[in-house]
Amino acid sequence: MELLLIILLGLLYAAGVYMILRRSMVKLLLGIMLLGSGTNILIFLLGGITKGKPPVIDENAKIFQDAFADPIPQALILTAIVISFGLTAFAIVLLKRVYALVNSDDLDDLNTPEEEDI
Amino acid sequence: MLLAVLSGLIISLLIIPFGKLLTTKWSFLLTILPASLFLYFMSYVPAISAGSSFLQHINWIPSLGVDFDFKLDGLSLLFALLITGIGTAIFFYARTYLKGYIFFDRFFGYLCLFMSAMLGVVLSDNILLLFVFWELTSISSFFLIGFNNDNSDSRKSALTALSVTGLGGFFLLAGLILLGNIAGTYTISELIDARELILNHELYPLILGFLFLGAFTKSAQFPFHFWLPGAMKAPTPVSAYLHSATMVKAGIYLLARFSPILGGTDYWNYPLMAVGGFTMLFASIHSLFRIDLKGILAYSTISALGILTFLIGLGTREAIIAASVFILVHALYKATLFLVTGIIDHETGTRDITALGGLRKVLLPVSIAGILAALSSAGLPLTYGFIGKDLIYEATLHTDYQTLGWILNAVAIATNIGLVAAGFMAGIKPFVGTLPKQFENIHLPYKSMWIPPLILAILGLVFGWFPGPVGDFINHATANAVYGSETDMYLKIWHLNIVLILSVATLLAGTLVYFVNKPSPSKLKAIEKLNSIAPQRIFRGYANDIMRFSRWYTDLFHNGYLRSYHLKIILFAELLLAYKLWISGPITLDLEKITTPSFYEIGVIVILIGALYIVVTTPSRLTSVVAMSVIGYCICLIFVFYSAPDLAMTQFTIDTLSTVLFVLVLYKLPSFINHTGKAILYRDGIIALSFGVIISLIALRVWSEPISEEIANFYGENAYILAKGKNVVNVILVDFRGIDTMFETVVLSIAALGVYSLIRLRLKSTEKE
Repeated sequence: MELLLIILLGLLYAAGVYMILRRSMVKLLLGIMLLGSGTNILIFLLGGITKGKPPVIDENAKIFQDAFADPIPQALILTAIVISFGLTAFAIVLLKRVYALVNSDDLDDLNTPEEEDI
Repeated sequence: MLLAVLSGLIISLLIIPFGKLLTTKWSFLLTILPASLFLYFMSYVPAISAGSSFLQHINWIPSLGVDFDFKLDGLSLLFALLITGIGTAIFFYARTYLKGYIFFDRFFGYLCLFMSAMLGVVLSDNILLLFVFWELTSISSFFLIGFNNDNSDSRKSALTALSVTGLGGFFLLAGLILLGNIAGTYTISELIDARELILNHELYPLILGFLFLGAFTKSAQFPFHFWLPGAMKAPTPVSAYLHSATMVKAGIYLLARFSPILGGTDYWNYPLMAVGGFTMLFASIHSLFRIDLKGILAYSTISALGILTFLIGLGTREAIIAASVFILVHALYKATLFLVTGIIDHETGTRDITALGGLRKVLLPVSIAGILAALSSAGLPLTYGFIGKDLIYEATLHTDYQTLGWILNAVAIATNIGLVAAGFMAGIKPFVGTLPKQFENIHLPYKSMWIPPLILAILGLVFGWFPGPVGDFINHATANAVYGSETDMYLKIWHLNIVLILSVATLLAGTLVYFVNKPSPSKLKAIEKLNSIAPQRIFRGYANDIMRFSRWYTDLFHNGYLRSYHLKIILFAELLLAYKLWISGPITLDLEKITTPSFYEIGVIVILIGALYIVVTTPSRLTSVVAMSVIGYCICLIFVFYSAPDLAMTQFTIDTLSTVLFVLVLYKLPSFINHTGKAILYRDGIIALSFGVIISLIALRVWSEPISEEIANFYGENAYILAKGKNVVNVILVDFRGIDTMFETVVLSIAALGVYSLIRLRLKSTEKE
């Protein structure tokens, strides 16, 4: 399974990089999201994956009686997911604004003539 | 002394907040600084002329050998007096000259900065400290020369001056560090004791070469002289200050300062004599063909600097005496001539000597100053210039060289003939003859403009009457400091010998040249061709190449296309990561650690990869968003399988929200347009895939290393005991790392505010919801 996940995260990264090399703003955003997902999987994998042993202590016990999944990567990923949602939500609304103004999804249309003169 | 050096820096800082106040009548406050510094240094004159010197030591960076070591001896004192004394005149003068100018305060800020940098150069007893101030003079003079920053010529001249002197400074630093390493000390007073060690070291010629480059670029010696005439684009007070007494004399100071340490060898004498001798003659001839007053002064300054370099290179007792006197002589008359030129320019609006004449009728005190300075520069008996010229001939006549001595003598005479004529052209020509009609309405400027040059010119005259006391008080100690031992100098008004005959002959010949030589634009053009043997062209070409390179570089890396930035960043990251992977050696896989996936896990991953393919390839925006949500849900399932219920829940919520938002907001957008050609798609595909492969390999490499479970165990054991929570992930987030989570909430709130305001924002009236 680990090998599959490694291939998967490689693919997620590849797809993310490919998408941010495109001209479309929406694709750029999708690419960033893909890179984020890839990173989540990467952290998840490197923390060591364990099946069926969530880091939750039994109701009657005070400490773990058994082995348990590493809670630290999970805490990190949870933070990452939430923050990336903040980014995504903001970017989506921003894209809509840009589209409303320049009537285009093309990043190149954002290069105003003044900037090109520099 | 530290305070004396730093006061200018402090004042220039104070000008930033309070500068605007000084543009009014309070501007006279500025002149207090150089004047009080001048008095401060004057108070040292009796002690220094009695043969003592003053040291001050304050630790700065002792571990690097850089300390605030200051030393005031005869040489430093002469320069300090010139810097502050002429500085006072300049400050007075510039107040009026630049009255009402918009950047008045800025100008004085630069000027204060420059003055303290110069004081730092001449007072430093630590060669690294000297270098710091040396560079500071280059930088502050850059601002002063380029002061008229809306004029492209002016900007270019400033840049040329900075790059030439900066280049020299670079070599100087190299030379100084070599010197310090060999001698084991960076203190100038201690370097003298290491003289034998340095002279016998194999790197001695190299050190000299570096040092000479520094001095020659700063003091505008051939072939680096070309920046100085260009620097005449500066406002006239700046030219007067920089080119009579300070900036360009820094190179001379350097040579004089190191003369007792490094001098007296063939490596020292011949290059200095050759370069100085050539420069003085070359520039003196050049100055005769100039029609711009400032141009004449620029070239005669270069020539004078050549004379000083030459004298220091000669290195005999007489030569050193002559140099120490000539520094003062030149500063007095050159500053006067510059200031007079400034007045003429200010009043008539032209500096063309073919158009000027008869100004004595309207600018009488100015003309007195100009004529006195011209006479001093010509070396008329009873001026201080005469004493200076006398001593120069004395020095060239009394050398150990046989035929070479005569050549040197001839060069000195020829140079001086040229200087006599040039001095007359600049100081007398505009005032004699008939007054052109258009200048009849000119009136005398404010007193603060014509009094400073008049005082300087009169000083040049008075010093000539009493050369004995002046020499005893100021120049004697200077000569001793440069010579390294007692020079037994005594100045007389004149000696009746061959030197006097030569002086008079020079004067007559120079006067003759003045009357015969009529400069005109066509002659100027012809003589300009001589300049092409200087490396000015190489410099220009070099500068152009740098410009071209930076333009090419900017076009390549900053073309304004986001994807091209991404491409470069990713390529660079790939190279770096691949290199790191490569040197970290082969990856060993522990097959025991790998778990076998169940069929539904494989199913999820297959779906995920399929959705990924759709996201990348679909032309429809909606499809890609839906596929994106499929990816999110698949990842959510992976979290479920591998004991991360919290993650699964969060991922599920967030993914749903994102998709809804996407669809709600972006459903109106058209489908993707595909502008890009196949080749670029393939290129990007390859780059993206290789990035993925590299990341996978890194993941494999890291995963194959053992993990420490110490922290995980700490949280596992303490989650309930310390924080009374049974879900460890939650406990970490809200308790152990609670503050992090709080700030995360803040970030999300800010994003939410942003989203809200963006939705409400209406930039165009036609915009719909």
